[in-house]
Amino acid sequence: MMGEEFVALSLTPILIGTLAAIACALPGNFLLLRRQALIGDAISHVVLPGIVVAFLITGVVSAVPMMLGAAGAAVVAVVMIEAIRRLGKIEPGAAMGVTFTAMFAGGVLLLEQSDTSTVHLDVEHALFGNLESLIWLDATGWASLWDMEALAYLPVELPRLGAVLFVVILFTWIYWRPLKISTFDEGFAQSVGIRTGALGFALVIVAALAAVAAFDAVGSIIVIAMFICPPAAARLMTNSLSVQVAWSVLFATLSAVLGYVFAGYGRLWFGAENSVSAAGMIAAVSGLILALTAVFGPHRARSGAPAEG
Amino acid sequence: MTSLELATSDGTRMIETPAGAALAIRGMTVSYGQKPAVFSVDMTVPVGSMTAIIGPNGAGKSTLLKAALGVIKPLAGSAQVFGQPVAQARARIAYVPQRASVDWDFPTRVLDVVLMGLYRELGLLGRLRGTHKAKAMDCLKRVGMQDFATRQIGQLSGGQQQRVFLARALAQDADLYLLDEPFAGVDAATEKAIIDVLQALRADGKTVVAVHHDLSTVTDYFDRVFLINTTRVAEGTVEEAFTPQTLQDAYGGRLATGQLGQTALGA
Repeated sequence: MMGEEFVALSLTPILIGTLAAIACALPGNFLLLRRQALIGDAISHVVLPGIVVAFLITGVVSAVPMMLGAAGAAVVAVVMIEAIRRLGKIEPGAAMGVTFTAMFAGGVLLLEQSDTSTVHLDVEHALFGNLESLIWLDATGWASLWDMEALAYLPVELPRLGAVLFVVILFTWIYWRPLKISTFDEGFAQSVGIRTGALGFALVIVAALAAVAAFDAVGSIIVIAMFICPPAAARLMTNSLSVQVAWSVLFATLSAVLGYVFAGYGRLWFGAENSVSAAGMIAAVSGLILALTAVFGPHRARSGAPAEG
Repeated sequence: MTSLELATSDGTRMIETPAGAALAIRGMTVSYGQKPAVFSVDMTVPVGSMTAIIGPNGAGKSTLLKAALGVIKPLAGSAQVFGQPVAQARARIAYVPQRASVDWDFPTRVLDVVLMGLYRELGLLGRLRGTHKAKAMDCLKRVGMQDFATRQIGQLSGGQQQRVFLARALAQDADLYLLDEPFAGVDAATEKAIIDVLQALRADGKTVVAVHHDLSTVTDYFDRVFLINTTRVAEGTVEEAFTPQTLQDAYGGRLATGQLGQTALGA
């Protein structure tokens, strides 16, 4: 089984899941430390109607219209939050909660009403992703990795997520210092000339890029697990930001690989009735890793309280 | 920038701006809501002086510093540092925010925090070399924290945290040091260490401005005083500006008259 079947049916979903998990986990580290982890959740909810509308207009599921649709939805969300907050005179948190869930619900309804039978875009896909179907039928075995003809038929999501991950890594690498300084001490960061507002905005944009790209693989709901669980588990393993980021990449990879394998082969190994959703299992594994680090992680005690004088 | 135009179009204010001042704030007005936190404040800090910004809680002391630095966007007003707009003078300014304004649970070590002071020198991708680390270690030594270089910052006491912040400012090699409540909640040893460093800076010709709370130490530590209560109350040398009358004006009924007299007279 290790040869052709694995390469054709499991290799690409595992790779796509891993790339998606890492692309979300990297900005997740900074969002978590900025106490903005739920921005990932917000993004994943808000972008759904944008993606659906982009599909309805263009008729295809492809990256650029999806990103534009998602960006448009984000703008609508910001305007709606401000309008609800001002007109309704309620606190921002409530305005956000109403907006995010309403937009997501609108996206689901829109999706059900539209004819998406020809493409992989339906409610189930939006919720749980589509990982199992991102297979590489042209592969005949490991040798296909060197076969240009077979490589041409790789699922398009793989290079797309690879490109997004590259952008995420590039952003994190170039802006590592200002991201670190402004996350720790925003006032100081501004005093040395770091444009913290623009940088924070760029971070959210990069997170949104990762969320929309990962949408195909793991679905919009479960994206949030990839933003929060690996970085949160990583934080409990170390007291160094760079080491934390490295752990988060490892945990994201572990979640994706183990999650996919458990979902697919669980039937064989654990005697389960049916194979389960890979995306759901990936999120569950990432939650399990977080639970384990919360119990056994070396730095789980909050050290923020000042020690003795 | 509209804020700049507002101030410079005001002829009376322009005349006052002394080009030689380390820090010259003109017409600074900041509002968080309906009521202004700082209203039309002018402040002039001579080069080589050591100034205490004093005033009751909520008088706008920290706000004034933040607005001068551009950390908060003012409604109106401008700030110049050594005759240049702040944006062009950042390399000459070191700012020490309130210790409580950051999350000390952040995953980083003491030395890394001090190295943040070298950001302008290193830039985005400049290589961190041995000389940079040696410089950061030297700054830690000046505040007596060299033994804590590899400690996680969350393990420090309040006083130690404050000294690390000061070491970061020292690493910036600035000419103007702006400190927001550097003595708040620190132990006596730290207070002594900090004031020694600040006075050494002044001896080197640097300019120091600190938001200060403890009226009893003003005369010992500082040579100039800036009293604020939303608007400027008094400004000048300690002898001129730190009097029972100016304190009464700044604090109003909030400071018992007896205590007020004692503080100013005892000082």
